[in-house]
Amino acid sequence: MLRFIARRLLETIPVLFIIVTATFFMIRFVPGGPFTAEKAVTPEVMRNLERAYNLDQPLWRQYAGYLGKVVFHGDLGPSFKYPNRTVNEIIADKLPVSLELGAISLALALAVGLPLGVLAAIKRNTWLDYLCSSVAMIGICVPTFVLGPLLVLTFAIHYGWFNASGWYGPIDRVLPSLTLGCVYAAYVARLTRGGMLEVLNQDYIRTARAKGASEVRVIFRHALRGGLLPVVSFLGPAIAGILTGSFVIETIFQIPGLGREFVNSAFNRDYTLVLGTVILYAALLIGLNLVVDIVQVWLNPKLKFE
Amino acid sequence: MRTRLTLLLAVATLLGSGCAKKEAALTANSGSNPTPRKVLHFGNGTEPQDIDPAIVTGTPEYRLLQTFSEGLVSEDPDMQIIPGAAERWEISPDGLTYTFHLRADGKWSNGDGVTAQDFVATYERMLNPVLACQYAYMLYNHVVGAKAFYDGKTTDFSTVGLKARDARTLVVTLTQPAPFLLHAMNHYAWYPVHIATVKKFGGLTQRSTAWTRPGNYVGNGPYVLKKWIPNQIIVAERSPTYWDRARVKIDEIDLYPIELADTEERMFRTGQLDVTNEVPLTKLAVYRREHPESVHVDPYNGLYFYRFNVQRKPFDDVRVRRALALAIDRESLVKNVTLADETPAYNFVPQNLLGYRSEHTFKADLTEARRLLAAAGYPDGRGFPRADLLYNTLEKHKTIAEALQQMWVKNLGINITLVNEEWKVYIDDQHSRNFQFQRAGWIADYIDPHVFFDLWETGGGNNDSNWGNAEYDRLLHTALGAPNNPARYAIYQKMEQILIAEMPVLPLFNYTRARLISPRVKGFYSTPLDNYPWKYADLAP
Repeated sequence: MLRFIARRLLETIPVLFIIVTATFFMIRFVPGGPFTAEKAVTPEVMRNLERAYNLDQPLWRQYAGYLGKVVFHGDLGPSFKYPNRTVNEIIADKLPVSLELGAISLALALAVGLPLGVLAAIKRNTWLDYLCSSVAMIGICVPTFVLGPLLVLTFAIHYGWFNASGWYGPIDRVLPSLTLGCVYAAYVARLTRGGMLEVLNQDYIRTARAKGASEVRVIFRHALRGGLLPVVSFLGPAIAGILTGSFVIETIFQIPGLGREFVNSAFNRDYTLVLGTVILYAALLIGLNLVVDIVQVWLNPKLKFE
Repeated sequence: MRTRLTLLLAVATLLGSGCAKKEAALTANSGSNPTPRKVLHFGNGTEPQDIDPAIVTGTPEYRLLQTFSEGLVSEDPDMQIIPGAAERWEISPDGLTYTFHLRADGKWSNGDGVTAQDFVATYERMLNPVLACQYAYMLYNHVVGAKAFYDGKTTDFSTVGLKARDARTLVVTLTQPAPFLLHAMNHYAWYPVHIATVKKFGGLTQRSTAWTRPGNYVGNGPYVLKKWIPNQIIVAERSPTYWDRARVKIDEIDLYPIELADTEERMFRTGQLDVTNEVPLTKLAVYRREHPESVHVDPYNGLYFYRFNVQRKPFDDVRVRRALALAIDRESLVKNVTLADETPAYNFVPQNLLGYRSEHTFKADLTEARRLLAAAGYPDGRGFPRADLLYNTLEKHKTIAEALQQMWVKNLGINITLVNEEWKVYIDDQHSRNFQFQRAGWIADYIDPHVFFDLWETGGGNNDSNWGNAEYDRLLHTALGAPNNPARYAIYQKMEQILIAEMPVLPLFNYTRARLISPRVKGFYSTPLDNYPWKYADLAP
């Protein structure tokens, strides 16, 4: 297993390198730059600005300089848009916020989604299944930009229990987590149901039943492990997505998370911030997919590390 | 299930409280204070880039800078020039030399006195080419020797017309008269910075430094920077050292960077905000009906227009440009599409700007428009070539463009193609003049009709229409030397005549600013520059 992990980590290096390189050049070839503004910057000022950020040097030299700083110093450079902050600082400030929001939402999603999915699978084609599946379907179909404001209208404006937006006290975590959690709960429920249904039709479940195992034992001891496989595959990229923030939720609820930086940095042509967030996202995605693979081997005896 | 959900919520809340910073005291509806502090909760638009006047460029930043700093002169809510860091000034008869006398009680927030040397050092930093300040031209367009210094032709700042005669006397010498200079000086490009602080945190020519962070920042304005959590809040507290502190009534201003008008509106309803930055257009009518006391719409110093590329067909023909301009029902546009009481524009400068009223306006005239189009070779729109209207991707611009597209089909029989691009791509195409005609807007940096005439100078940095007129350019420069404003405005009337005849751009309407303002906020409204001086605002208990 250690060999497997070591090999996968080594494979990460060229992947990250390709991602960084592709992003670096792609963002440079997009029309407009960090200083493109409606009020035209005079040519003299533009020359000086480019000099201040080394943009006047040949692209390959800028690339080499950037790569050197990132690899040897872990320095992602200063932000173009927010000059008094570095990209490292912006990520360090905002990742924990997205992490907190993501962790609560994910806990909520699993706590609601898993039981719903299992229940729907056991009571297949009964009113209970239809109810659970319908709820899950609604969760998937209702976009967060509808659900979020609806929750705010009800619980913040009508009942006055919460702030309409912001990220100040513990109470401010409730509505955004609920909004984000609902969507993921719905996916988790659907995937759990599907996974469980497939497993419940397997021979080994019939064997377990034939040997007189109780229904509870069949479900939780024998079926659930296999039934969770699709959920686990889904969770890897989902966690990476949640950790790097959710643009819509952060905008609706005015949350100082990383998701907004991710999207806005591209609009602002904030080259260094774009690269910083992409590197982070890529690393998370690769890391979490590795974890998913490990968990899958552990859950599914048919798989082996190789 | 319900108990489980409640339990989960409780767990989630507990989890949150474990990791959360203790910011609860910042919320609008939290706790009661024994001595009631006046705290204003203000929606400030997008997250500010910085609060260094040599770095920033936007309106949210402008509002912050005049919270924390003050220039030599200031403006009252009616945009009249009043003393700021300087208590009085003299202007030489030729209009070239301005002598400012700084007040004795002017203080920085760390207690240091505000001196003329501070201003000179600030301007030297501003004009340092290594720092690459985007608004450096606000200085080097006017001040003697400043352009040469900026271009690196000299490194001797004593050659520049910015001198401290003594600690309280600053002399500014201009290359040519600039009758609007005092108004321009209320722009942050002219605000002072505390040089010792800038030096301490990274030096004078570094763009990326920490001198503007809470704890480091030193300013000379009515408020001091108390807290700045990016994308969340900026807390400004009444300065104990500001010279006019007796007039400042609000103890604390909490400025929230909020991008979505809908989020702001919801925060306004829960009492989290006293003043919003915008109003969702779809809700404006409802608010007017149900809470007219909260809706405030004020004129904004800007023009919404379409810019022609006069070197591209079919807009190289002035008759086509005029035909398009005359065939629009602007009243209907502002009433049914833009919705925020904008004033239809039939000239190129917002009306009554510092007393300037244009005598030369055009009016919608369908018969004349059709005649012009026929004369240009397109009777009833027949044979009119493909014409792309470029706008940046935004719902508002799209609906306006669609409305005009319909008017032109109906009134002239020509079909315009709508093309939208992401903001920076669109700006890039504008500056490289890669368009036929495009949606545009201009918000002036300071109050004076000159700003709007300066735009259309031949080859001007923001002209972008390829249009130019030698007589127009000559008048623009003659106007600056005019002995007084009536004489200057008389020249502007002639220039507007030229613009109407040539129609390099198609004026549509003058902007307004719509805000929701809680009735407990007293005195506040949106000035034409959207920079209401805080010291004139108050809060009812």
